[in-house]
Amino acid sequence: MPLLEVKQMTHFFGGLRAVHDYNLQVEPNQIRGLIGPNGAGKTTIFNLITGVYDPTEGDIVLENDTIKGLQPFQIASLGLGRTFQNLRLWRHMTVLEHVKMARYSKITYGLSGAFFDTPKRQKEEHEIEQLAYDLLDLVGIRHLAGQVVTNLPYGAQRRVEMARALATEPKILFLDEPTAGMNPEELVQMMEIIRRVHQEIGLAIFLIEHRMRVVMELCQIIQTLVFGEVIAEGTPEEIQSNPKVIDAYLGKEVEV
Amino acid sequence: MELNVEYEEGNRSRFRNLLHKLWEPYKHVPLLGLLLAALVAVLLEMLVGQPLARLLGMSKAPALFGVIVVLKTPILIPSVLLYILLIYALPIAITARLTAKLTNFIAAKLFNTSSGLSILIHIAFLYAILHLWTSISDYRLLIVKLTLISIIITLSLNVINGYMGEFSCSHPGFIALGAYTASVFTIVLFVSENQFGEAVLPPEWGPFLFPIGLVLGGIAAAIGALLVAIPSFRTRGDYLAIISLAFMFIVVSLFNNLEIVGGPRGLSNQPDYANLATIFVWTMLSIWIINNFVRSTIGKALNAVRDGELAASAMTVDTRKTKMVAFLFAAFWAGVAGGLFAHVIRYINPGTFGIRKLAEVLAMVYLGGLNSVAGSVVGAVGFNMLSEALRPLEILKWIVIPVMLILLMIYRPTGLISFTELDPIALVKPKSMTEGEADNATS
Ligand SMILES: Nc1ncnc2c1ncn2[C@@H]1O[C@H](COP(=O)(O)OP(=O)(O)OP(=O)(O)O)[C@@H](O)[C@H]1O
Ligand SMILES: [Mg+2]
Repeated sequence: MPLLEVKQMTHFFGGLRAVHDYNLQVEPNQIRGLIGPNGAGKTTIFNLITGVYDPTEGDIVLENDTIKGLQPFQIASLGLGRTFQNLRLWRHMTVLEHVKMARYSKITYGLSGAFFDTPKRQKEEHEIEQLAYDLLDLVGIRHLAGQVVTNLPYGAQRRVEMARALATEPKILFLDEPTAGMNPEELVQMMEIIRRVHQEIGLAIFLIEHRMRVVMELCQIIQTLVFGEVIAEGTPEEIQSNPKVIDAYLGKEVEV
Repeated sequence: MELNVEYEEGNRSRFRNLLHKLWEPYKHVPLLGLLLAALVAVLLEMLVGQPLARLLGMSKAPALFGVIVVLKTPILIPSVLLYILLIYALPIAITARLTAKLTNFIAAKLFNTSSGLSILIHIAFLYAILHLWTSISDYRLLIVKLTLISIIITLSLNVINGYMGEFSCSHPGFIALGAYTASVFTIVLFVSENQFGEAVLPPEWGPFLFPIGLVLGGIAAAIGALLVAIPSFRTRGDYLAIISLAFMFIVVSLFNNLEIVGGPRGLSNQPDYANLATIFVWTMLSIWIINNFVRSTIGKALNAVRDGELAASAMTVDTRKTKMVAFLFAAFWAGVAGGLFAHVIRYINPGTFGIRKLAEVLAMVYLGGLNSVAGSVVGAVGFNMLSEALRPLEILKWIVIPVMLILLMIYRPTGLISFTELDPIALVKPKSMTEGEADNATS
């Protein structure tokens, strides 16, 4: 049984058909990739599954329950963690605060704890903090915990996004171009982090990437999207040798 | 020429060195030391303030550090300065420095016993100072009461406009709802007058049941807030500013047309329950609770919603609930402040809670600083002082204050003290001791 299943999802932005008849099955502990040229609809697919937009047609099922029509925070609480292509960090908050914030829906001390600083709240805030530090260790930025995110270099900001998404305790992690804008050194480190997350936490991962090297090395199954439609799906080898993919996408990349 | 420059620079750095040397010991004065020093100054004023003022040619001791005297009778400026130097500046400076060792020792002892207890003792000290300071002038007492109430109002609006980053104009409406509700509560129950008839309960009970009236006022304001919040936070977008402004006008015209609470004539005869102690306790309570809230992860969700709603919701934050809760919470405190206000002035009418009140409240929030508890305290105190100081200018005051605010917005767009966190425990820590020494003191 797949962990996440998307069935015949179609979405229109006004008259523009951004996604057409999209299907997806993510198995537990699988790393899947989604590639495609600019404007193909990759981010839109992420936004549809995570509840930012409500699909015009189709169904989305997470572990037997449909999540279509739920609010983004509900879907996130159910186990769909994500990062953003264009970093969406909170500019006045520290790295540690970012990671702690992602525990929001798991907090049990409630408003009475928030107002009166009860022992229960102190204990729980302390636990959240420990967990946050562990995640910062995992992505290698513990030493930046107290920094306000706007002061950080780009690579570190991407890691904050990663740690924050992990703190929601996802069952599947959605990564939207996790290496975009990174230099080769940062790229290698980020791939290492993704591998570690996959192995140590055993997460299923669904990632969008432009860099072929990253997708081909990490993913078990890859989909290629062009104009909102999947034109090919298969292992990295199959994708690399698929004439349609080469024609629509890879060919151009090779030329460049 | 060059020599001259060097000479000047040398002079300046010598001056700076001197300042530095003078300031150095004060870095080790704990908060307790400052409070003790202030207490000494206040006691000194009680003893010799009046005769000294006469000696310096003033009719009585200047009520607010002479801020009013300065504009009214400029010739007295030197006297005022001398008075401040002799009564406040020198005694505070000397006491703080001489007692630094002692106060550090006591602060460490207290801190190691219990930081909560230490905070309470500091607050008690502060109350003692305010109590004594206000005992020599009714005007002073009134200003301190209104300033404390302003702190509650400013802090609560900062929750919405600062921490949550929305622009709300409905605060005067919330204050009005609290003021009217609490007034009706106390007048109906404890006062015999023409509007509502005989007192229902024995008036002796009044002061003890007054907090219930204030809480009811807070709840009334929160219910009003719900009416604003439901349409405003339904979808993304900037509806709040306009809906909350409309709300403010609706509340004013509601009370104008409610004959039962006096219509445009307003309500008077509120009993004199809002003494300094009562207001002080409520102010401290509001600071404590609001500060707790904004420092919790639940409260910080406000910042996340402000700085990126999409990311907040992707990180499991229920953004709509977060906004609603914060808005109602802030309105509650504005309502409580309104109830206190009504019982200080002991007369309210709908006109009190109009656009001018809004301007004042916004000015205090933006002067003090967004997203900062300390900023709101500074904003409320600063604005009230400024407003009193400029009182002799009469109507011109309402030109001077806006101009100052515009300048502030240009040069410090987020206010004097913005985006800080207030940690009360750090505040009461002894200053000269290192962590290790403090630990040794316990064993
Ligand atoms: N909110 C929206 N309203 C209208 N059109 C949109 C919206 N979001 C995306 N689109 C359009 O949908 C198409 C797909 O966009 P999307 O961002 O999903 O592409 P992408 O594959 O992620 O591209 P990139 O590689 O550049 O990130 C584009 O034509 C885009 O202009
Ligand atoms: Mg994209």
